[in-house]
Amino acid sequence: MDFEFSAEQVAIRDTIRELVQDRVAPRAAEIDAKAEYPQDIEKLFADNGILGIPFPEEYGGISGSSVTICMGIEEIAKACATSSLILAVQALGSYPILVAGSEEQKKRLCPPLASGEKVAAYALSEPGSGSDAAAMKTRAKKYGNEYVLSGTKQFITHGSVAGTLVVFAETEPGSGSKGISAFVLERETSPWTVAKLEHKLGIRGSPTAQIVLEDVKVPTANRLGDEGAGFKIALAVLDRSRPGIGAQALGIAEGAFDYALNYVKERQQFGQAIASFQGIQFMLADIATQIEAARHLVYRAATKVDAKASDLTKIAAMAKLFASDMAMRVTTDCVQLLGGYGYIADYPVERMMRDAKITQIYEGTNQIQRVVIARALLR
Amino acid sequence: MDLELAPEHASFRAAVREVADGAVKPLAAEVDRDHRFPDEAVRAATEAGLMGVLIPREYGGAGLDALAFAICIEELAMACAATAVIVDVHTSVGTEPILLFGDEEQKKRWLPRLATGELLGAFALTEPSSGSDAASLKMTARRNGGDYLLNGTKVFITNIGRAGLYVVFARTGPDERAAGVTAFLVPADARGLRVGQVFDKMGLHGSPTGELVLEDVVVPEENRLGREGQGFTVAMRALDSGRIGISGQALGIAQAAVDESRELMRERGHEQGDEFSLADMATRVESARLLAYHAAWLCGRGRPFTREASMSKLHCTDTAMQVALDALQIAGEDGAIQGSPFERHVRDAKALQIYEGSNQVQRVVIARELLRAG
Repeated sequence: MDFEFSAEQVAIRDTIRELVQDRVAPRAAEIDAKAEYPQDIEKLFADNGILGIPFPEEYGGISGSSVTICMGIEEIAKACATSSLILAVQALGSYPILVAGSEEQKKRLCPPLASGEKVAAYALSEPGSGSDAAAMKTRAKKYGNEYVLSGTKQFITHGSVAGTLVVFAETEPGSGSKGISAFVLERETSPWTVAKLEHKLGIRGSPTAQIVLEDVKVPTANRLGDEGAGFKIALAVLDRSRPGIGAQALGIAEGAFDYALNYVKERQQFGQAIASFQGIQFMLADIATQIEAARHLVYRAATKVDAKASDLTKIAAMAKLFASDMAMRVTTDCVQLLGGYGYIADYPVERMMRDAKITQIYEGTNQIQRVVIARALLR
Repeated sequence: MDLELAPEHASFRAAVREVADGAVKPLAAEVDRDHRFPDEAVRAATEAGLMGVLIPREYGGAGLDALAFAICIEELAMACAATAVIVDVHTSVGTEPILLFGDEEQKKRWLPRLATGELLGAFALTEPSSGSDAASLKMTARRNGGDYLLNGTKVFITNIGRAGLYVVFARTGPDERAAGVTAFLVPADARGLRVGQVFDKMGLHGSPTGELVLEDVVVPEENRLGREGQGFTVAMRALDSGRIGISGQALGIAQAAVDESRELMRERGHEQGDEFSLADMATRVESARLLAYHAAWLCGRGRPFTREASMSKLHCTDTAMQVALDALQIAGEDGAIQGSPFERHVRDAKALQIYEGSNQVQRVVIARELLRAG
């Protein structure tokens, strides 16, 4: 067993950590308050190669390793969950291409994403199809060498800012999950409409869009895999992206805990730092233990992704489930450690608690993770 | 043993629910979104006599007991947690100190105006460096002839800027801890009193919370509540029954979350995972309610209830937080959109684990009561 990061990974992490401290952390409160997508952070990540992390070198990237992606997401999420999604969704939106794309598609579609010239998004959910993804209604009809897509996609992170959008649609209605195919939409040639941006509990700077496709033409060359392979691709992608959500949850929890730990050492009540009270100490010990356990599960899952392990599905679901439940508990406790100050926007932990909640919901709710884990156990 | 509500409590609950459903609930999402005071809701509560629930009839109130008070806040919180805490703070910690420690003159002067809602009450104990350690407060009250001169800053004051009367705790000395604290009644229009920062909070957006700054505020001796040095006792006794109100608020939020989850599951169908979650939520709320009503019952009978009130506050507010989170989890992404009651309950519930004695302080109180000799 090897619990250490490689020298190269450590170097990448330290670079990200420094950038995050200097440029992202000071912006986090404002991004949340204004609920605006941080274009400046996207550019910062593009300029510094961070958006290239999800891609191997042959496609213009710098890594392609899930462990490295998770490390990056974790570091960014310590300061700003919204900003961490810029990397996480770049990975999510690119995985379909990397997992199921032909060599030609990877060479053509990946470099502009790896350089950060474009950001990617992933459109699976629909208003009537969330956990039950196979019930989707978006249609893709083939005419000659193109498809025409129509339908509505819901809760699409970065759907409004993406240049490349992977869309799942029915090519053979009535065939359930076997009738779904995956397509890559490029904004210039296959434009989509943003019908609505949601106002949310947390990750408020990250635009969550309802997307409407009205007879959008997509060349056949942009279909990923075979017709009918879409659902398999969607699930394979989620297996790979879930450790990243675990990493995001982990980062949010660590960010809140760093802040709260300093606070309880400084805050004086009854003539002593409140950290000297055993009740507080027990909370600190429980928080730190939960974070540590989640960290190992997240990176274990990431190594499974990189190794293409056969039990990847189960471990990835466990990592996402455990880390996100942990983050919700830990951030709630960190608000508690700050008392009244924890509840107001002048301090960062209330934002972190609001941000943590979505990690239990998106990329498969934690109920779905349990279904996935139980199914793997009982198979 | 009889765990049924008496007919008068049951009919009181029905009356409050009517007000809550008609005038409070329709505003809940809007006051949260706009961070505005629910004037219409508070007016409706006032017209229904809910601002004077605990005030005896001779002073213009309804003369009801602590159980009725808990029920009142529970019903309001089911509709809107922000409105509930406005009424709660007014009724309990904003008014009860006068009821319990005021002289006849003070009761006659202030209670009728508080009972009718002409004056909104507030409670100013916490300071920037004195939260859980309330006895270390720094606000000073210096004798100045027949008056006192108050100086200092209070924080996290509910009803800030809206209150007509603040119950303020300040140091008259000479003791540097609890025995040096005295309670005062300070009208909002007193010269030198001003509102400092109003906080942008995670939840309870309809309820203003902020700083109260006193600069050379002259308070006449007739506005001193109780004896010099009795202030800490006043504060602690007020908080004991305040905790019954906060328990009611927690129950209201939690019950709303259970009801909304149930409705949602009925509409969209359900599997066993969510069913188990709903069962756990409802069971938790049921147990919390019994704890709260028991504490209120003890209080209403004039029996000791400090430990029970703390247990109730601890358990009810932890329950509200857990249940609100579980409900949002059942609702999924739709529930996390602003304007959904599910996400609002989560943001609102968190405050309850913190204010009127953080849940850490409740545990200290409970353990102290349990370990006390005799």
